[in-house]
Amino acid sequence: MDLYVVVLVEMLYGVASLILISAGLAIVFGMIKVINLAHGEFMMMGGYATITAVNLGVNVFVAMLLIAPVVVGLIGLVVERLVIRHLYGRLIDTMLATWGLSLFFIGLATMVFGNTTTGISTPIPGFAIGDYQVNGYNFFIIVVSALLLVAMLAVLKGTRAGLVARGTMQRPDMAAALGYSPDRVYMATFFCGSALSGLAGAILAPLVGLVPTSGGAYIAKAFITVIAGGPSLVAGLFASAGFFGAVNQIFTFAISPVIGEVALLVAAVVLLRILPQGVTGTFFKGRL
Amino acid sequence: MSLNRRTFLSSAAAVASASMLPRAAMAADSIKLGSILDTSGIFDAYGTPMDMAMRLAVNEINTAGGLLGMQVEVVAYDTQSDMALYSQYGQQLTRQDEVDVVHGGILSASREAIRQTMRKTRTLYFYNVLYEGGVCDRNIFINGVTPAQQVEALVPYAMGKSGKSVYILAADYNYGQITARWIQKFVADNGGETVGVDFFPLDVSDFGSTIAKIQTVGPDLVIAPLVGGAHLSFFRQWAAAGMKDRIPLASTTMGVGNEHKVLTPEEGNGIMVAYNYSQELDTPANNAFKERWSASYGDSSLIHEIAVSNYQGVMTWAEAVRQAGSLDREAVIAALETGLSIGGPAGTVTVDPKTHHAVLDVHIMEIEDQGMRVIETLPQRQPIDTQAVCDLQANPDDNTQYEIQI
Repeated sequence: MDLYVVVLVEMLYGVASLILISAGLAIVFGMIKVINLAHGEFMMMGGYATITAVNLGVNVFVAMLLIAPVVVGLIGLVVERLVIRHLYGRLIDTMLATWGLSLFFIGLATMVFGNTTTGISTPIPGFAIGDYQVNGYNFFIIVVSALLLVAMLAVLKGTRAGLVARGTMQRPDMAAALGYSPDRVYMATFFCGSALSGLAGAILAPLVGLVPTSGGAYIAKAFITVIAGGPSLVAGLFASAGFFGAVNQIFTFAISPVIGEVALLVAAVVLLRILPQGVTGTFFKGRL
Repeated sequence: MSLNRRTFLSSAAAVASASMLPRAAMAADSIKLGSILDTSGIFDAYGTPMDMAMRLAVNEINTAGGLLGMQVEVVAYDTQSDMALYSQYGQQLTRQDEVDVVHGGILSASREAIRQTMRKTRTLYFYNVLYEGGVCDRNIFINGVTPAQQVEALVPYAMGKSGKSVYILAADYNYGQITARWIQKFVADNGGETVGVDFFPLDVSDFGSTIAKIQTVGPDLVIAPLVGGAHLSFFRQWAAAGMKDRIPLASTTMGVGNEHKVLTPEEGNGIMVAYNYSQELDTPANNAFKERWSASYGDSSLIHEIAVSNYQGVMTWAEAVRQAGSLDREAVIAALETGLSIGGPAGTVTVDPKTHHAVLDVHIMEIEDQGMRVIETLPQRQPIDTQAVCDLQANPDDNTQYEIQI
């Protein structure tokens, strides 16, 4: 019985961490159609921002939930103004430009922080479920991811800013005619997307050993999740992260970690073969 | 006289080659030591201290009067953590710079990229890194520990402190696979049982389900030959789940690149390891070495296992040149094959004539407050894994990396 609870917790954690690492990308890709290959590096910078802040004596939760998103969001803002805004609507060019950016950020982080592994320890102790010890931090990640999904839904559906953003994505010309500058809206959206990437990197920082090239480990999973999710932002993210997270963890637990990774990729290939428009291209159509 | 392009080129070439002559003659006045290491890119945490150690060794040799009355000159190339550059710079070192010896290579892939070039051009080659074992080639000398040397010492100690059932978590490439096999063998030899083996691709950084799985099996001991930054997460997540005080942990890789300094004391304390070197090794040789390092570089905290291996490699070569009284490759190999030994910071290093590997002291240690506390020293361990497959005395023409079957 305890074992099932533990496996369930691990599955929820797998889903939650996929949601977390994909949210920033989903916003940038899903809303403004920019393929941000530097997404992993934004996460990496979020991690470094957290570790630096903690080493300077800031409370770890303040560092993760506030400092890292703001810092990375601001970096994203600079990047958007200097590079991305010239490339809206040019999908392939954004890939090339952001790939260059990712190399640049890896080089920059190497110069500033050096090429050695750094990290901080997890702020929440482990605890027991029956005979099993689990990582208490898993629950924190699950809670943050759930709140994140709710917040995204609330902002996009419930607020005027969300309405303007959605409108601009659909018909920038009409939004402009109604007096909203699409340029401004894109900028704000990219800021939010970058900040979420930073948040994800920050929250995962205590679980990993961080090196400047850490971002590469996340980028593939994040893209698979977002592409398989399809056009609906929140529903797609939830559906595909739920599916892949469960598949990955079940196979990891039942067979081995290698098979877990393989199963995730096979599931992605099969899913995209059956549903080339992504999950929400067929189901939950028109939802957010 | 009309000067057309062809006559101009040929006369220019003649002038150029004439001007080369005195340089070629002068070259005999210094000995060229080629070094090929990743001092930038993702492996620079390994390569930079190795480069520093090599330069320190050469400086010491030169200050003491050089070799055979000549100064040693370093010709170093940075391979930027790019395996393709190894073959390029390997060619350059041997054919253009015509160095007398090459020290270097970090990953096994980089060693294999240049080993045949060294052999073909008859350039003596030293590979100074702990690795998976099995290379059998008369032209190469290797002085890092091999899995059997480490595991043979580590397993009985770790099992003695914990119990008989062992769970193995290993990196999923040749080093991890081979090391896992050796661990299984020594666990069985010591009357224990391997209750589980899991392999992890190098970019896996989430070990949650594995930690749960280990608990369902309930071993007495976990041995983790995990490699790299992503795998460091395991040690962190293991501690975060509160497992550290429940099941003891041993590793054959933790700390090679000073990873133990990244973990907090709460995360790292008590992990059992076995290496040739530790900064905490309290011997006169090591204390003097650390002082000389600090005098040259200001701070000795960068020293790690393979930097010391590289230092010992250069010193072994220098001693062989001294004994041979010549730079001739055959003479130096003959001197090395006498079973020559030197005293390095990590203890005595003896060349094993049969395999061209090293007989080394192995220290069993526990990680304690971001240092490695030495518990027991096992002097002069033989590279028994490579010895089982390789005999260069009987087959001097052997040129293979054996996959050692156990």
